[in-house]
Amino acid sequence: MLAEYLPILIFLGVGTGLGLVLIALGFLLGPRRPDAEKLSPYECGFEAFEDSRMKFDVRYYLVAILFILFDLEIAFLFPWAVSLDEIGTFGLVSMLVFLAILVVGFIYEWKKGALEWD
Amino acid sequence: MNTTPVAGAADFALVAPEIFLLCAACAILLIDLWLPQRLRQVTYLLSLVALVVSAVLVAGLPGERMTAFGGTWISDPVAKLLKLVTCGTVAAVFLYSRDYLLARGLFRGEYFVLGLFATLGIFVMVSSGSLLTMYMGIELLALSQYALVAFDRDSPVAAESAMKYFVLGAIASGALLYGISIIYGVTGTFDLDELAAGLDGSAATNVGLLFGLAFLMAGIAFKFGAVPFHMWVPDVYHGAPTSVTLFLGAAPKLAYFALALRVLAEGLGSAVQAWQDMLIVLAVLSLVVGNLVAVAQTNLKRMLAYSTISNVGFILLGILAGTPDGYRAALFYVVTYVIMAVGSFAMIVALSRRGFEADRIDDFRGLAQKSPWFAWMMLFLMVSTAGVPPFVGFFAKLYVLQAIVDVGFVWLAGVAVLFSVVGAFYYLRIVKVMFFDEPAPGLAVSASGSFRFLLSVNALAVLALGLFSGALLDAINRALP
Repeated sequence: MLAEYLPILIFLGVGTGLGLVLIALGFLLGPRRPDAEKLSPYECGFEAFEDSRMKFDVRYYLVAILFILFDLEIAFLFPWAVSLDEIGTFGLVSMLVFLAILVVGFIYEWKKGALEWD
Repeated sequence: MNTTPVAGAADFALVAPEIFLLCAACAILLIDLWLPQRLRQVTYLLSLVALVVSAVLVAGLPGERMTAFGGTWISDPVAKLLKLVTCGTVAAVFLYSRDYLLARGLFRGEYFVLGLFATLGIFVMVSSGSLLTMYMGIELLALSQYALVAFDRDSPVAAESAMKYFVLGAIASGALLYGISIIYGVTGTFDLDELAAGLDGSAATNVGLLFGLAFLMAGIAFKFGAVPFHMWVPDVYHGAPTSVTLFLGAAPKLAYFALALRVLAEGLGSAVQAWQDMLIVLAVLSLVVGNLVAVAQTNLKRMLAYSTISNVGFILLGILAGTPDGYRAALFYVVTYVIMAVGSFAMIVALSRRGFEADRIDDFRGLAQKSPWFAWMMLFLMVSTAGVPPFVGFFAKLYVLQAIVDVGFVWLAGVAVLFSVVGAFYYLRIVKVMFFDEPAPGLAVSASGSFRFLLSVNALAVLALGLFSGALLDAINRALP
């Protein structure tokens, strides 16, 4: 069984090797004449306008969490939909139970005001 | 190919308590949304009712071992016993927490709903017949616990400990899952019964299996809080609101015991040689580090956290004996420990009041002069945890020691006894502080009548179970024949 994985190993080896060799070549052969201007950070040819780290509203965090929650649910629905004719009524009911539990969570977040921006 | 899982009414009958608990928790969550703050008591009462009904449903389960859903679910006497104790413990935690939460403006429905979901997680772990069911239960319990620790959102300490708990817990869950995947890769099954049937004496030398087992063991040790995976225990116990510490310190231990019992004893029973060595290391380190570090603590919650670690060492000793006697001793130990832990943490709650946590040992100074009854109750709990006869803690330690001496680990029993003596020092220090020191200013037991009653019952149960330990022993012998 292990032999089947040999092509993958070779692929990984070649990929890593090639990457390292190219970087090393650029490092060794390329001309390097650094000066203060070249080393300073720039933004599209200009001086940097502002700090690259910026604050954003903590409420995005809540939105992101809720997005992940319902995004995963959708991802779970696809394989279920594809195999629905095989899993029959049992599968249908199982998914309905799953969705019902999610709806409880949805009602909770709605009523708690997590969906309101202000 | 039709792989429709067939589940009949008989399968669902065995999970009736869990289905009820899930529906109840969801319903209470929704009801709580529409309740004004002054009616929050309704949520509290409904949660208690939900626990009582679950306990009744559990009690109605058949008394013999049965499996459901293609072997992924086990209903047996051990599960029944552990679930009943869980219901009782969580109900006691809710009763103890009410005043504490009210005084701090934390009396919100989510506390009880999360508690119920954690209980559901414990139920699932206790009854799981496959590694995947087990993992689902672990996660349900763990996620509820993370949220509970962070329940006091405005407390920086609680937030920090919740973060610590979450990050470390996620790593431990990852290790556990990795171990499960390797064991699946080696044996081709998640099912514990099939694992047990498929492995023979050579299992202890199967390198792949051992590799998976090591990860699994790291996960179990983390959940239990056994040294060297104990770093989170004192911080989380200390940082969480005391009512949550009450929860963390008690009921989940039952589930982790079930986790160890199901996976190690039932699933990987033929690899006993392999996991016995690992458990010896964990148990000895837990006994040594737990007891020694507890001596240096000035904070009672931290001291009890290290005491938990040393008690976990004892539970692991029982399991590592690898005999039915050992498992029974460990079960006895975990059940009695949970009763003692709930009482000890409830004492901290009893002395706390708005804006003041009585979580330093100094806060108990002179309790005997102010409130002799509670001082005696605390004495019972501490002396029992220290393992003094005729309290139940003594018998719990005795049975574990007997079980490991029977399989020839006399030196282990020696280590356990030695460090129990070290442990007795810090339990008795509490007693000394309560009875022989001058009272701390502002010391008072500010608990309601029902709280006092429950705490008294709890502490007296430690004595009664010790005097009549046969009754509990009978129940345990029936559960683990």
